Amino acid sequence: MATPEGIRTGAEVRLQDLTKVYGAVVAVADVALTVAAGSFFTLLGPSGSGKTTTLMMVAGFVHPTRGQVFVDGTPVAGLPPQKRDLGMVFQSYAVFPHLTVAQNIAFPLEVRKTPAAVIRQRVGEALELVRLQGYDRRLPRQLSGGEQQRVALARALVFHPRVLLMDEPLGALDRKLRAHMQAELKRIQRYVHVTVIYVTHDQEEALTMSDGVAVMRDGRVEQVGPPAELYERPVSPFVADFVGESNFIGGTVVAAADGRARVRTDGGFEFWGTPVAALAAGQRVTAAIRPEKLLTDEAAAADLNRGRGVVCEVVYVGDATRYRVAVATAGTLTIKIQNRLAFRPYAVGDPVELAWDPSQTRLFQDGR
Amino acid sequence: MTATAGVAEVVEASSERLERREQRRFLALLLPALLTLAVLFVYPLLGIFFRSVHKTAFTLEFYRQVFRTPVYLLVIGLTFRTAAVVTLICLLLGYPLAYVLANIRPRVARLLVIVVVLPFFTSIIVRTYAWMVLLGRNGIVNHYLTALGLVSAPLPLLYNQGGVLIGMTYVLLPFMVLTIWSVMRGIDPALTRAAHSLGASPGQAFRRIYLPLSLPGIAGGALLIFILSLGFFITPALMGGPSDVMIAMLIEREVEFTLNWSFASALAVILLVLTLAGFVAYNRVVRLARLFEERA
Repeated sequence: MATPEGIRTGAEVRLQDLTKVYGAVVAVADVALTVAAGSFFTLLGPSGSGKTTTLMMVAGFVHPTRGQVFVDGTPVAGLPPQKRDLGMVFQSYAVFPHLTVAQNIAFPLEVRKTPAAVIRQRVGEALELVRLQGYDRRLPRQLSGGEQQRVALARALVFHPRVLLMDEPLGALDRKLRAHMQAELKRIQRYVHVTVIYVTHDQEEALTMSDGVAVMRDGRVEQVGPPAELYERPVSPFVADFVGESNFIGGTVVAAADGRARVRTDGGFEFWGTPVAALAAGQRVTAAIRPEKLLTDEAAAADLNRGRGVVCEVVYVGDATRYRVAVATAGTLTIKIQNRLAFRPYAVGDPVELAWDPSQTRLFQDGR
Repeated sequence: MTATAGVAEVVEASSERLERREQRRFLALLLPALLTLAVLFVYPLLGIFFRSVHKTAFTLEFYRQVFRTPVYLLVIGLTFRTAAVVTLICLLLGYPLAYVLANIRPRVARLLVIVVVLPFFTSIIVRTYAWMVLLGRNGIVNHYLTALGLVSAPLPLLYNQGGVLIGMTYVLLPFMVLTIWSVMRGIDPALTRAAHSLGASPGQAFRRIYLPLSLPGIAGGALLIFILSLGFFITPALMGGPSDVMIAMLIEREVEFTLNWSFASALAVILLVLTLAGFVAYNRVVRLARLFEERA
């Protein structure tokens, strides 16, 4: 979209101790986040984690019980939604069914009393932005889900908001179309320099699209960081499980030194891991290890954890194969191996030598 | 190849046979209702039509009589005017009520809908007499109005046009509320929210989004009330004055007192034709309304 007023930039959004209580239920508790100007930020969590309520408080549809929302330093919690100038795309698209595509997109400009000539120009630009040229006279019911999605997006951007809020916008689309729309969203966001706050329960979507992600659970922010940090260095078993996939091994700390700790399972298996917080000998811990990191070829490296198991289940997933490997002293672990030409697949009953890096073994103290 | 083609033919033929058997079964299920309608509805209707154009020989005299006598045209005009006013009052009272029903918590809404429908559980005559007790010269309403000193003499609330309007509005309001409510329930609440997020004030969001989307309910409810009003008899007969004659009362008078059945038949046919015209219009609007329905 050409920007006659010059280059726009997204606004910084800051949530300060945002809290929403419904009767005895705390939906959102003390959420404090800063979304950098122009970044793509995702609120990620399972249903009931408070992510949508948080977004609705930013949008103005839910009044916070406590806390404040700042857009570029200006507090907005007291303003109704129509005074906040934030674009929003709803889960159900919420395209007005009785208006044509062009009328839908013109709506935010018309309620702002924009001159007709400017409206025409801006609607044209918005249609071009979402690649729906020539659709202006169609009614929403003549459009596919993906096309309605684009109309909703064009409508939310046409008045040049500095922040765009999106509530699971791709949830209803099929997998292929979703991947395509993810790329489109990123292209558009880079082009119009808008700050995006995006809500999803799909961890893959969060990892691939976001500059920053907040993982939410039971109304609280469990961890905030860029995608790689969430995946490589989760701070809790919940994050390790919800973002990506993890093997969990329970045990007791037998030694701790130099940012490492040695853990012994109840079965007597011992391995090294990296504690997320200082540990002392005798503490119960849970270790999390990603399935693709349990098997390394670097046999030469001296300080790898090593174990031996037997394949008890094989699941072929196309690009990779997942093996369930029973380790007598540590339970059953899942390993994931890319299906490369050189690799000879295991069969059920085959012995497997496991070897993995202690730095990729996260240790969480139990009961915290 | 031929084998599969053969199988396909057999499958197709048998599915056709199944379909025909299915159709016959539906017809059999419909038959009692169709027969009942034919005997109790179509046959008498044809009889009425026949009687309206035939006494000893074919004649259009009875229709001529209706259109030549000013008082009959006056009654038809009054009937239509009353129906229009009742429709308007029902709309003004019913729309806000339907809006509340569609936008409060479903649990409370269900309770309120029962309250709206509750009057249907008693007979219309009982309800009309109840209104007469309330509105009469010495009725409860006038009793309190004079006791509170709001009026010096009892208000004439009954046996006039006002009484007819109160009674008919009361009977017909639930139809309006339920029709509009059923349309409003289908309006995605996210649409109003979307309008707000795009900068629309509550007034703008209502005018530009909610009202147009609820229009099919308004149109449907209004035409339903209008058509029902045209044939109203009990309420205007009991609550109206001597000059508040509706077409249905005229028909009754011809049948009961003057025993001019042919003339009554002609009036009935005219009422039926006018009602059908209203129904055709109703059907048009409802079909138009389907254009607006959101089917993603």
